[in-house]
Amino acid sequence: MNQSPPNNLPVAQQQARLTFFRRLLIAWSAFITALFNPAFAAQVAAWKSGAAPVMTPVVPMPPVPAPVSVPTPTPPPMKELSNDAALLLLGLLQREARLIDFTQEDVRAYSDADVGAAARVVHEGCCKVLREHFTIAPLRTEAEGSRIRLEEGFDARAIRLTGNVVGKAPFQGSLSHRGWRATDVRLPQLSAAHDASVLAQAEVEL
Amino acid sequence: MSHAMSQTVSQARFAIGIDLGTTHCSLAYVDIAASDGENTQHGVLAIPQLTAPGTVEPAPLLPSFLYLPHSDELAAGDLGLPWSGAQDYAVGEFARVRGAQTPIRLVSSAKSWLCHAGVDRRGALLPSDAPPEVARVSPLEASTRYLAHLRQAWEHAHPDAPFAEQDITVTIPASFDPAARELTVEAARAAGYGPLTLLEEPQAALYSWIQTSAARWRKEVKPGDIILVVDVGGGTSDFSLIAVLEREGNLELHRVAVGEHILLGGDNMDLALAHGVARKLAEAGKTLDPWQMRALAYACRSAKEALLSPSAPESQPIVVPSRGSKLIGGSLRTELTQAEVKATLLEGFFPTVDAAARPVSRARGGLTQLGLPYAQDAGVTRHLAALLGRQSGATAELEGFAGRIDPNATFLHPTAVLFNGGVFKSDMLTERTLATLNTWLAAEGAAPARLLAGADMDLAVARGAAYYGYVRRGTGVRIRGGTARAYYVAIESSMPAIPGAEPPIQALCVAPFGMEEGVEVDLPLLQLGLVVGEAVHFRFFGSSVRRNDTVGTLLDFWQPDELQELGEIQATLPAEGRPAGEVVQVTLRAVATETGTLELTAVSAGSGEHWKIALDVRDKG
Repeated sequence: MNQSPPNNLPVAQQQARLTFFRRLLIAWSAFITALFNPAFAAQVAAWKSGAAPVMTPVVPMPPVPAPVSVPTPTPPPMKELSNDAALLLLGLLQREARLIDFTQEDVRAYSDADVGAAARVVHEGCCKVLREHFTIAPLRTEAEGSRIRLEEGFDARAIRLTGNVVGKAPFQGSLSHRGWRATDVRLPQLSAAHDASVLAQAEVEL
Repeated sequence: MSHAMSQTVSQARFAIGIDLGTTHCSLAYVDIAASDGENTQHGVLAIPQLTAPGTVEPAPLLPSFLYLPHSDELAAGDLGLPWSGAQDYAVGEFARVRGAQTPIRLVSSAKSWLCHAGVDRRGALLPSDAPPEVARVSPLEASTRYLAHLRQAWEHAHPDAPFAEQDITVTIPASFDPAARELTVEAARAAGYGPLTLLEEPQAALYSWIQTSAARWRKEVKPGDIILVVDVGGGTSDFSLIAVLEREGNLELHRVAVGEHILLGGDNMDLALAHGVARKLAEAGKTLDPWQMRALAYACRSAKEALLSPSAPESQPIVVPSRGSKLIGGSLRTELTQAEVKATLLEGFFPTVDAAARPVSRARGGLTQLGLPYAQDAGVTRHLAALLGRQSGATAELEGFAGRIDPNATFLHPTAVLFNGGVFKSDMLTERTLATLNTWLAAEGAAPARLLAGADMDLAVARGAAYYGYVRRGTGVRIRGGTARAYYVAIESSMPAIPGAEPPIQALCVAPFGMEEGVEVDLPLLQLGLVVGEAVHFRFFGSSVRRNDTVGTLLDFWQPDELQELGEIQATLPAEGRPAGEVVQVTLRAVATETGTLELTAVSAGSGEHWKIALDVRDKG
C-alpha cells in the first residue's frame, strides 16, 4: 500500500515530487482499499469532511475488516463482508486490466511514455470490468455546479454535506460532484472448490 | 408425423431461435402467449458459461469453441456448470481464451468443418492438429455440444418451460448443402432437441429487421424491390436475394437466390491487420511470439472499431501487453493508423471493383484439402459481383417482375440492401459495400440501392429465427422460396467408351429449384437395380441458377459454373429379410421436409417399401 510517504520530506515537497502516474497509482490503491475496507473508507470520509488532519498516518489494514470505534454507547452491528467477492473482483481486474501487475511495479524506473502505454491496457481493462460487472449511474441527475435543494430526511448515506454545514433542512447548496451509485452488480458464480485467493494463476509453458 | 408436430407447436409457450454460428452462438425467444400480431414480447437468453476455471458468468453470446483439457490441467470442479459437474470439456468464453494459449486442444470453426464435404464429418478429426493423446471429436459432436449447452442454459433459466416442448428454429447459412443441413438436424437431435425447423441466416436477419421495424417495414419496401442481404460473420460470408411482390393486396417476400459458401469473415480481417502491425514491429527490430501475436490481433480488433467510426482519430495506439508480470517494462507499443486500416480492410476485403470482376482462384496444392477450404480471394465485393452476375435472371419468371427487368442488365439489380454480421458494425464498411454496388447500378442506368437500417448486427439472426417461429403460426409475413438449388445425380452416358477418357456423364434432375416444405416429387423415369447389401454411389450436383429444370430433366451439357459437385450420395439396401445378391428395382423420390432438409429415398417399384439415401457418405477413402 502506498499511504505512507516514501521518505520524510515535508509534505509540500512530497506533493511536488508526485508525477501524474504516481498519483494514478495512489488513486487506484485508495479506490480498491476504500471499496473493500470500510474502516479505511470511513477515515477517508472523515478526512475529506475535514474532521481528521490531512497527514494522519493510516495503519495497515488487517485482511478481515475490523469494526471502527464509534463514540456511541451501543455500537451498531457491523456487516461481515465476504472476502471471496473482493478477491474475485481483484482477480477480474488483474485478468482484464493487469491491475495487480501494474500496481506491483515500480513506476519510477520508467518514462511517462512507457507507463502511459501500460496505463492504456489498465484503463481499457478496468472499463471492461466496470461495464460488464456493474451498472453505474450518477446519484444526482443535475449538472455539476447547479444549485440544488435537499429536503428534510434526505439520504445522508448518498449525499455528503460539506463547507458551511449549519442550520436545518431544507438545505440549499451547489452540487460539486454528482456521485455514483452501482444500480446493478453482476459478479460471476464460483464453484464451491474455487480458490479465490489465487488472483492470477502462475503460467508454465510446456 | 405432421400430427405429432402440430401438437408440439400448439403446446409451445415460446418460439426459440438459435444462431449456431461459426464463431458465436446465441439464443433468442418470443413469448408467444404474451405477443399480439406484430407486437412481440421477446428477449435474448444470457447464457451461463465458464469464463475462467471454476467461474461461471452469463453472456448473450456463447463463443463456438470447445476446449479438451489435459486431465492434470484443471482442479476438480473447475469445469462445473450450474446444471452439470460431470463434463470433461469446456465450451464458450473459457474454451476460447484457454484454447488460444493451447491451440492443440482447441476445436474451432466446427461449423465450417460440418459443411466441408471433403472430410468424414462424423469422424473424430478435431482439433485437426492435435497430438495423438488428445481424444479428438467429430465436427458433428462439437456442434452437438454447443447446441446441448444452449438447451441446458434454457432449461436452467426456464424450468417451467421445457426446451423440448418449445418451438425451436436453428439457423444455417443459406449456402449449406443438403448434407450439412441434415447433419445440423442430427446434431440437434443428439443434443436432446425435439422437432425443429431450419432457417437460412440471411432470411433470419431480414425477419429480425421486420420485427424491429414493427409495422413500418411495409412502408420501407414495395412490390418490385429486390433486397440483397449481405451477412459477413466471424468466419463466413453469406448472401441472399429476396424479392418483394404483391399478391391479393398483401406484400410477399420470396427468396430467389443464395450465394456460394465462402469461408471469409471478420476474423480474417483482424488477422490481416495484426500481420500488418507485426511487420511494422519487425522492421523496428521487435519480433512477436505466438502469444503476443494473438494479443495483437485482439488489440487490433478494438483499434479497428475505433478507427472505422465516423469521427475516427488519425491513429490509434496499440499496446501488446507483456506475458510476464512486468507490464510496464515488457509491453510493446505501436500504433495503427487510419490509412493502414483503410488500405488493409477497404482495399483488401472491400475493394472498389467493377461489376464484371470475379474472385480469383488459384489451383490448390494437394495438401490444402486436409484443412478448411478457405476463400482464396479476400475481396467480398468480388464475391458479391460474381453472385449478382450469376443470378442476373433470378427474377425473370417471378410474378410482377417481367416488365421490370432491363434486358441489357449484366447482373441482377438489387434495390435495397440489408447488412448483417459483426463486421458491418463499421459504417465505413457498409458505406463502401453500398457505394460499390451503386457504382455498378449507375453504370447500367439503374437507381441506387437503399440501405435498410436498424439491424442488430450480433443478435439479429437469433432474434429473427425466434420471430420466424412465431410468424410461422400465421401471425405475420413469411419469406417463401423453397430449396435454393436444383439437385442432380450423375448417370453414365451410354456412349461408347473412349480409351483413356473418363466416360461422359449426364446430370439427371432429381429435385427441382424452389421445392417448398412438404413437397414430394417422384422420378419414375430412372429405374435402378439395387443389389441387396451392396452400396450404390452417385455423384451428386446442385445448381443455384437452373430454375426451369423439372424432375427427370436430363442434361447432356452444362456450363462449368452452372452445376457444382456436392458430396457423393449413397443408397444401401439393408439385407434384412432378403437373400443376399437379390436385385430390387427402385425409383428415386425427393422430399423437401418440414424441417428444412432434403430427403432422397429409394422406393421399391414392386412393394412400395423405401430406404433413405445417405447424403453424406462416410469413409471416402
